Amino acid sequence: MAEELLEKNETAEANKAQAVKPQAAEVKKPQTVEAKKPGKSEAAALPIPYQVSSNPHVRSKASTGSIMMMVIIALLPATGFGIYNFGLKALLVIAVTVGFSVATEAVCCLIMRKKMSIGDLSAVVTGLLLGLNLPVNIKWWMAALGAIFAILVVKMLFGGIGQNFMNPALAGRCFLLISFPLQMTNFVTDAYTGATPLAALKAGEAVNVTDMIIGRTSGTIGETSVIAILIGACFLLVTGIIDLKVPASYILSFAVFVLIFGGHGWDPAYLAAQLAGGGLMLGAFFMATDYVTRPITKWGQIVFGIFLGIMTGIFRLFGPSAEGVSYAIIIGNLLVPLIEKVTAPTPFGYTRASFKEQKKGGKK
Amino acid sequence: MNKVFERLYNGLIKENPTFVLALGMCPTLAVTTSAMNGLGMGLTTTAVLVLSNLIISLLRKVIPNRVRIPAFIVIVASFVTMVQLLLQAYLPSLNDALGVYIPLIVVNCIILGRAESYAYHNKPVASFFDGLGMGLGFSVALTIIGALREILGTGAVFGFKITPEGFVPINIFVLAPGAFFVLAFVTAIMNAVKSKGKVRKTDNAAKANTCAADCSECDKVGCEHRFYDAKESTENPNRPKKNIADIKATDTKIKEDK
Repeated sequence: MAEELLEKNETAEANKAQAVKPQAAEVKKPQTVEAKKPGKSEAAALPIPYQVSSNPHVRSKASTGSIMMMVIIALLPATGFGIYNFGLKALLVIAVTVGFSVATEAVCCLIMRKKMSIGDLSAVVTGLLLGLNLPVNIKWWMAALGAIFAILVVKMLFGGIGQNFMNPALAGRCFLLISFPLQMTNFVTDAYTGATPLAALKAGEAVNVTDMIIGRTSGTIGETSVIAILIGACFLLVTGIIDLKVPASYILSFAVFVLIFGGHGWDPAYLAAQLAGGGLMLGAFFMATDYVTRPITKWGQIVFGIFLGIMTGIFRLFGPSAEGVSYAIIIGNLLVPLIEKVTAPTPFGYTRASFKEQKKGGKK
Repeated sequence: MNKVFERLYNGLIKENPTFVLALGMCPTLAVTTSAMNGLGMGLTTTAVLVLSNLIISLLRKVIPNRVRIPAFIVIVASFVTMVQLLLQAYLPSLNDALGVYIPLIVVNCIILGRAESYAYHNKPVASFFDGLGMGLGFSVALTIIGALREILGTGAVFGFKITPEGFVPINIFVLAPGAFFVLAFVTAIMNAVKSKGKVRKTDNAAKANTCAADCSECDKVGCEHRFYDAKESTENPNRPKKNIADIKATDTKIKEDK
């Protein structure tokens, strides 16, 4: 995640450099893409001919590890509520997913002779998010399989952190959802015997919105309590780890979609139930905002959010299943390169027209 | 005799059509939902491949160069029709399972590829065994992929249940994504086994040059290996040296500017 912060700074510099020396921009591009060590000073990382002297340089002490730590802290309320709600079995599921995520990454690093990357805690976040996305009844080896798939296939085989083309935790969840449809949608526990609120809503039954917001319903471990998720989300927003562009455009566009196509007209209770139900909040604040798999451009993030809102609406209202957040987000992830391409910002020193011309000229 | 074994080894291991040449991916991915289907598809293709290779090799001096592809297709299509009629008569269940992929053998790139690259230029006996080797390589590959998918996706192999009671089949492996996963993993394992030792050597050599062959982590300016293999570009005139020269020229120019 920190890379992205750095990347932003660097892109800004690259843009400035482009303005000063358009010729250098072509060659420099590949080097701005990656800067693994946030501690490393940028001037030292770049070879001398490309030392960019425009200032002031933005320095940040944020590292991948520190950002991931913040995300883990932000997820604690939802995790805690999930364990309180579903009992110690939930803790076991989360422990299995986290443990297997970290272990898989460590083994991959050893086998592929890469630098050991478990220290940046991203595997812990992946495992935690995956655990929060699973029902409490799932067998431990299924949870482990999901974690192994998420880290091995989606993350490490594509080159480790920063290179994964879709959110590993969600890919792991979708893998399990396709593989074990029965176990993944079995939400019956001692405390809750009914269907999930979203399924009930789809079947046309009444749901208790207050319970949904507090979280006293069935569902996956981490998704039930809107309050707990929002506490974590506020923490991330206040500390500046995420901003509102993706979540706000996601939730708003989804709300508009439900208002138009939900078939209930202006019905605040129905709308609130759709917003509070399922993984929408968890997905919008913790998974759609993943630094690696969201667009880096400002407008791109808004387009991305709107796309996710519409896709989630389509899956929920017109699809066979009651939930669609995870599929919507991973499809959105696949479109990120295209979104970035059409929403590239105009660098400092260019007008829109001159930048377009320059881009055309560069392609020749 | 030596030639015969060389051809068989070539088809089964060295240039295995699935794992090395990556040909015929459509049937490989589509019909390998079970070991039986994989084996059936493989053997059907083998029969067509052997016979078409033999006939094309016999006719290689008769077929004019300019119309060779249509001529190959006519020969292949006749054998496919024969095989399909035989399957319908004697193995209707396999015929149903393989469905449209039997007629599609006509356009299987392994068959046209072998006809074009080997049978059209070589003697009948060698071509026959080339077809046999390639066909068996294809059959073995499809059977392995099919068996793995069947074990993981249904808990059985060739229809016999072999997994313990508590095992819940992982559905995704009999669906399309599973085909890609299994193919990729088996190919990776094949590559790792075949290049054992070699990879480690080059890796260390690369690391000695402070390059882990990983361009995304490299700051080296004007590196000839950047983004593509420089060796390849010398072999292939279409991926020109010009590019490297361009980069170098830009580099020096910028240096001069400084």
